[in-house]
Amino acid sequence: MPRYLRHLTGTAALLLAAAAHAGIGVGDPFPSLGSAGLAGSLPDVSGRVVLVDFWASWCAPCKASFPAYARLHTDFASADFAVIAISVDQDEAAYRAFLRKTTPPFAVARDTDQQLARQVDVPAMPTCFLIGRDGRVHFMHRGFQGPETETEIRREITRLLTEKPASS
Amino acid sequence: MKTKTTHNLAFAFLAGGLLLLGSGCSSPKLVRVHPWERATLADAIMDPGRDPLARAASEHVYFSRESASGGRTVNGSGCGCN
Repeated sequence: MPRYLRHLTGTAALLLAAAAHAGIGVGDPFPSLGSAGLAGSLPDVSGRVVLVDFWASWCAPCKASFPAYARLHTDFASADFAVIAISVDQDEAAYRAFLRKTTPPFAVARDTDQQLARQVDVPAMPTCFLIGRDGRVHFMHRGFQGPETETEIRREITRLLTEKPASS
Repeated sequence: MKTKTTHNLAFAFLAGGLLLLGSGCSSPKLVRVHPWERATLADAIMDPGRDPLARAASEHVYFSRESASGGRTVNGSGCGCN
């Protein structure tokens, strides 16, 4: 094969792989948080319904969403449910200042090199993914529109928690 | 020999062009600023209307030149959140 064809094929493969990457959506398995290189302590999520929220200190709707997630965390505390808020902040000082102000009761971690955000291909800030006991995304929500969004997420959490786990 | 080289070059350009068109170089996935990369855009300094005086002057220019007034503001910050 001529050299230029080899180069063209290689470039095509790379570009097509980049273009074809569609991110994580409903029905897809969510990447393992443990191996995503996140900074921060994460709760054990095995067999639990997990709400993973991508946020940033510079994102106004993200700030507005924190009290709602705190309520969800409190209301479903007795169930097998966890909220994990993953910051995409690259400015660690801004991240820490935000947490000092908001003091969220749920788990928070930082995607230091934005590796997970890139892998998931977060479509908007904030975006939350509701992950079922099977490790798959059952619901996702772009942005945060106040009580309407909270109600929608609450309904989905309730549905997932009451759903019987599929027998394997 | 010369014809073959020309043919190869033409093929390479054609293939390269098709590749660029078909590979998604125009895809927003490749060229846009991703939502998680918009920290700088979200900074207050990126808001063109942050200075009331400059905003008023700009409004005046638009009004006097185009008889257009208002409608120049958008909701939300520069991060394009929500």
